[in-house]
Amino acid sequence: MDWSSILSNTAQSLLSPATMAFALAALGLAMHFGFAGLLNFGIAGFMAVGAYGYAISILSFGFEWWQGILVSLVASVIFALILGIPTLRLRGDYLAIVTIAAAEILRLLFLTNAFVDVTGSADGLSGYHNSFRAANPFPEGDYGFGPWTYNNIELWVLVLGLITLTICASLLLLLMKSPWGRVIKGIREDEDAVRALGKNVFAYKMQALIIGGVFGSLGGIIYALPSSVNPGVYVTSLTFFVWTALLLGGAATVFGPVLGAVVFWVLQSFLSNVLPALVSSGILPFISSIQASTIRFILVGVGLMLLVIYRPQGILGDKKELTFVK
Amino acid sequence: MSSSSAKLPGKPAEKSTGLHVGAIRPGVPKVDPIVTIDNVSRKFGGLVAVDVEHLEIPRGAITALIGPNGAGKTTLFNLLTGFDKPDTGTWNFAGKALAGIPAFKVAQMGQVRTFQLTKALSLLTVLQNMKLGAKDQRGEKLMFSIFPFLWKAKEQEIEEKALELLKRFKLDTKKDDFAASLSGGQRKLLEMARALMTDPVLVMLDEPMAGVNPALTQSLLEHVLALKSEGMTVLFVEHDMHMVRHIADWVVVMAEGRVVAEGPPNEVMKNPAVIDAYLGSHQDTDLGTVTGRITLPTKGKK
Repeated sequence: MDWSSILSNTAQSLLSPATMAFALAALGLAMHFGFAGLLNFGIAGFMAVGAYGYAISILSFGFEWWQGILVSLVASVIFALILGIPTLRLRGDYLAIVTIAAAEILRLLFLTNAFVDVTGSADGLSGYHNSFRAANPFPEGDYGFGPWTYNNIELWVLVLGLITLTICASLLLLLMKSPWGRVIKGIREDEDAVRALGKNVFAYKMQALIIGGVFGSLGGIIYALPSSVNPGVYVTSLTFFVWTALLLGGAATVFGPVLGAVVFWVLQSFLSNVLPALVSSGILPFISSIQASTIRFILVGVGLMLLVIYRPQGILGDKKELTFVK
Repeated sequence: MSSSSAKLPGKPAEKSTGLHVGAIRPGVPKVDPIVTIDNVSRKFGGLVAVDVEHLEIPRGAITALIGPNGAGKTTLFNLLTGFDKPDTGTWNFAGKALAGIPAFKVAQMGQVRTFQLTKALSLLTVLQNMKLGAKDQRGEKLMFSIFPFLWKAKEQEIEEKALELLKRFKLDTKKDDFAASLSGGQRKLLEMARALMTDPVLVMLDEPMAGVNPALTQSLLEHVLALKSEGMTVLFVEHDMHMVRHIADWVVVMAEGRVVAEGPPNEVMKNPAVIDAYLGSHQDTDLGTVTGRITLPTKGKK
């Protein structure tokens, strides 16, 4: 077994665009579920809006990369409004059903052949990098050390991702420490009680949905920045992976989702490297190396179940809250 | 019987009198009404839950709303506070028509309510629960919230007010605990204290004494009386007749969605319609003698 390549691959995922994209999406879910109590099972939809909004506005409309990001953000606000206006007045479970359906509708719209000129259908979109790479402030060359060695393009993606993540996390921290955050948490506990105290619950829930949606869409953009947009990525299982990252770190925390995303990706990449290696060196019997690399998804599922049962507050969650799980 | 009938120490509960104009009858006009209800009806399928022709709630007094289970008391509460919409009718609060006004705006006007099933915000601390009730905190607006210097001063003010109220309700030692860790009675106190944070004009309490032990009932009674002496109007739903008799200045009796009687407590409770519909003919008899399981020497009180 080649331990050095396994460990090096694992170490790389500590700081990768995918990890940061997950962290951003999980932050969005923390806003939705952890703080406002909105059961959003359509975070993959928001990520798709981000990724496609960015790629389409560059490829079809010839926008600059930063204009593409703005278009994505506006699109995700509109998506949140469309989702929220009919459903936020209803009970929370309805939002869960509607969001999962909306994310699927969106994905199928991107997948259908009807809009192949714009969306690229099943092939997805690629080749939208020129404007972004032209804006790269780092001169050509290699940066970093060991497993964390990047060329100037990769570094530019990482730096932009880190800046976005820092801004979003700080914003969420500020919001949740403010009286606005107090109202949001109150709504999570009992929206009628908050309504009886004279707060416009619908408006607050809508604001929370939009903010979380924008975070999710930024995650989608970071995911798409280095490579391509592929409709096969934005499936329901992406939503549940982001949920896993969120619950792993702690739903009602700000740093939990970030930590959760890192742990999730480190484990994923460790397992996807180590399991096939175990098979090929004969330690894991009865399965092929292809089967071995899919076992990690089974392990993710088992892990999620154990987590929800034995540590529902996540790694960073408040232990006192666990005592009073509703 | 419960100690709620015991005299409050040093506080002769003065009753407000002369609240009505003309002969006492259901729907009698009041000298100074704060709430006026006209033809408000609400149907759930075929069931008429509320059908009130006319009702006025006197300002600055404590009004009790009583009636059998299913009489429509809570539904009327929901309609008045905007939590439910009536099929017909109009109603005014402090001179403003409330039809079609959403619940949160009704609350902002100074009409605050509590719930039959206590709604403490479990995973917020007691102090956060209280602060949530405060009005005019700019920091609750999204745009202002991320700039602490815009709302820190107000927050300090709110905190002082909250601590003062918590002290009054003897919850100050619990301020940093999750509301979920409070007992049922303490949650009732918290809910009432939180309602007071909104500086209400009209306080509507839905069964404030349900499931509360006698000693706590007494302290809740004092709190309700204190609201009146501070100039607030109180409307409450209650089944504890001792409490109703003790603190209410005016009693409204509902049955099958209608107002069947109203008047000062002592007179209303002699009304045969009220005895029939609600109190029952054994209201002052020990339950043991009603069921025949215990024989007590009755003093011919009934």
